[in-house]
Amino acid sequence: MKTLRRGRVLISAAVLGMTGLALAACSGGPGQTNEGGGGSGDNTVTIYGTIADTEAELLEQSWADWEKENDIDIKYESSKEFEQQIAVRAQGGNAPDIAIFPQPGLMADMAKRGYLKEAPQAVADNVAKNWTEDWANYGTVDGTLYGAPLMASVKGWVWYSPKLFAEKGWEVPSDWQGLLDLTAQIQADTGKPPWCIGFGSDAATGWPGTDWIEDIVLRQSGTDVYDDWVANKVPFTDPKIKSAFDEFGKIALNPQYVNAGFGDIGTIVTTPFGDPASALVKGDCVLHHQASFYDGFITDAGGTVAEDGDIWAFLTPGFGGGDASGDVVTGGGEIVGAFSDDEATQKVQEYLSSEDWANSRVKLGGVISANKGLDPDNASSNILKEAIRILQSDETTFRFDASDLMPSAVGAGTFWKGMIDWVNGTPTDTVLEQIQAGWPSS
Amino acid sequence: MSVSSFFQWLSTLSPWLQIPIVVGVFVIVVGLILFFIEIAPRPGRMYTIIRLAACVLGPALVLWLLQSYQWAIGAAAVLGLLFFFLDRRAKGGQGSLFQLVGFLTPALLLVGVGLVVATIQTTVQSFMNSSSTQFVGWDNYVWIFTNPQNVRVIINTVLWVLIAPIVSTAAGLAYAYFIDKIRGEKYYKIFVFLPMAISFVGASIIWRFMYTYRPPQGEQIGFLNQVIVWFGGQPINFLSVEPWNNLFLIVVFIWIQTGFAMVLLSAAIKGVPTEQIEAAELDGTNGWQKFWNVIVPGIRGALIVVLTTISIGSLKVFDIVRTMTAGASNTSVLANEVYTQFRSFEAGRSGAFAVILFLLVTPIIVYNAIQLKKQRELR
Repeated sequence: MKTLRRGRVLISAAVLGMTGLALAACSGGPGQTNEGGGGSGDNTVTIYGTIADTEAELLEQSWADWEKENDIDIKYESSKEFEQQIAVRAQGGNAPDIAIFPQPGLMADMAKRGYLKEAPQAVADNVAKNWTEDWANYGTVDGTLYGAPLMASVKGWVWYSPKLFAEKGWEVPSDWQGLLDLTAQIQADTGKPPWCIGFGSDAATGWPGTDWIEDIVLRQSGTDVYDDWVANKVPFTDPKIKSAFDEFGKIALNPQYVNAGFGDIGTIVTTPFGDPASALVKGDCVLHHQASFYDGFITDAGGTVAEDGDIWAFLTPGFGGGDASGDVVTGGGEIVGAFSDDEATQKVQEYLSSEDWANSRVKLGGVISANKGLDPDNASSNILKEAIRILQSDETTFRFDASDLMPSAVGAGTFWKGMIDWVNGTPTDTVLEQIQAGWPSS
Repeated sequence: MSVSSFFQWLSTLSPWLQIPIVVGVFVIVVGLILFFIEIAPRPGRMYTIIRLAACVLGPALVLWLLQSYQWAIGAAAVLGLLFFFLDRRAKGGQGSLFQLVGFLTPALLLVGVGLVVATIQTTVQSFMNSSSTQFVGWDNYVWIFTNPQNVRVIINTVLWVLIAPIVSTAAGLAYAYFIDKIRGEKYYKIFVFLPMAISFVGASIIWRFMYTYRPPQGEQIGFLNQVIVWFGGQPINFLSVEPWNNLFLIVVFIWIQTGFAMVLLSAAIKGVPTEQIEAAELDGTNGWQKFWNVIVPGIRGALIVVLTTISIGSLKVFDIVRTMTAGASNTSVLANEVYTQFRSFEAGRSGAFAVILFLLVTPIIVYNAIQLKKQRELR
């Protein structure tokens, strides 16, 4: 009996010892990172981004053939909380292989902190060939290229109904004052607010408001002020920025001008940015300011986007007196950054920066890219063709969405929140001080 | 390598292989447990050493499998205490300090690494710049207290702590007292306790639908606004009406916590000696006097525990604010701001907010500990 017992003890001690050895051999405590991020195998590349729903399906469709040819499996994962999650995942050692950043500012934040891998040579070659210097700079941090742009959108379109304009004898304005006069005229003719504005976008609520401000700053104060503003050399509290808020306030804070089809000024914040599309199509709302991607929303709401159709758009007019011969536009886009430098990941990066991918995706409809190798005829609608023409034209003065370039503490933080507070009635000076306070200390 | 990667690996095998592996792992775990039960009462240095080894390896195994310090700390504490008492029993009741230290060292080490070091690190971080490379003194704190928006965040948190615990405890107490000893008490209790089973995020989504606002001319899809419209009122934009929107968020928290307060207080009320209640009735008290002078003093301990627990809960509230407003329209609270600053790579500011939160929680915990100690002395 006794020997038996000792045997049992020995066995258990042996089991425990073995377990200990096994643990020591392959244990990694919390915070251990998998090499290559995302726990991907050799031929699997994980991509993480904000593009969701239908758009995500089209994205996966756009690289399906290439995946088969190259025997690489791309796993795309989208999240509406991308901006918050990517930082948490990177700091927690659980980053994807590739991230599609909708804000160069966020990408720069990640790159400065050493999370991103430098772009491979093949990508750098593609960027040099297919993109203008402006665009290449958006993927560059401190002289190092980290990624190529992916898609683009031209912001600052004012959507309206050409039919209704012809019927009522309203004219598309040629300068900012003209736009204000037109607003007053429509209000007088119809007795209803002409504009509909929707800031709602879950955790990103407020961004459509920043687009307005950026458009006005660029048109009213010019490119130098705009660039200095992005670099925090011109603070938010500067009179030039305040004047942009004041100009926007002439529309957004006037209860006679907003919020068509939704209610009072307070509804601006709670109206999801996609909802004005149906108000436009129904005719509840005459004017709406939004980027080129909105034509997809209008089509979904049952309208046709064409110069003689239900809905068309003109670019937000300038303040006159500028010496630019071409259009002055703000725009947005994505930059593709990588957390991994294994071969499969680099191959995917190279493909995504090529004109083949751009044409493949644009053919599927709804989006455009600033890739110079893109054939405008592939675009699915007239407004997108127009937008590609603007992007590819040398005459165009193009500036990237300022809030996307600023550090995320401001661009995806206090600037968004400030727009919400401002529309909710906080005095402009207070709002500007609060936005400015969000700038990183160092 | 962790539990999830083990299962991932398992899923790549053929089903016939999976069965023996799963059964094998199960048998090993059960075998281990049986083995410890088997040797529990046995004295002798050999068994002590085995138990000591288990105190170290158990938490290590948990740490590795679950990748979580909290669970490992818990496992270490439970195992250490359990084996310490088992070993005392085996020794015939001669527990020595040496043994206690031996068995509890792994747990203390893990607590040290997982909690104390983290606290110190955060505090140090709060005096550094955003990338923790430079000492900046009180800058982050100055930044918090000189910005009206950040002061507002602290005020909101204080508002939560003032309102949520008192309202939910009062509601829970009243409810528990009213349904005490009536027919169908069980069902009334379940009714109020059910929200406890819903996660904060789930509850927030439910309430966001309750609060949803649509303009007066459209269809209302939010329940509350639909009711208001039926009664001929104007729909209210619940989540952006300042400062009331904070109250509407606190309602969600109260909705969840009332059930918790009710269950604990109900149990405490049942523990009040019947002699006291009968004596009070003989003295001719009315219901109100009986409640204030007999029941409430009788459940004082439980009341303090409930109040402090809910206070701590409302101090660190994060999910409700994050899900419902993401801190917009001046509804942000400390925990949400800690997160927001952290994901904007502002480690210093995030740390400063965390330290303020820590300082606010500390007195409540200290008070709680003192009260518990007093009660023990009374007994």
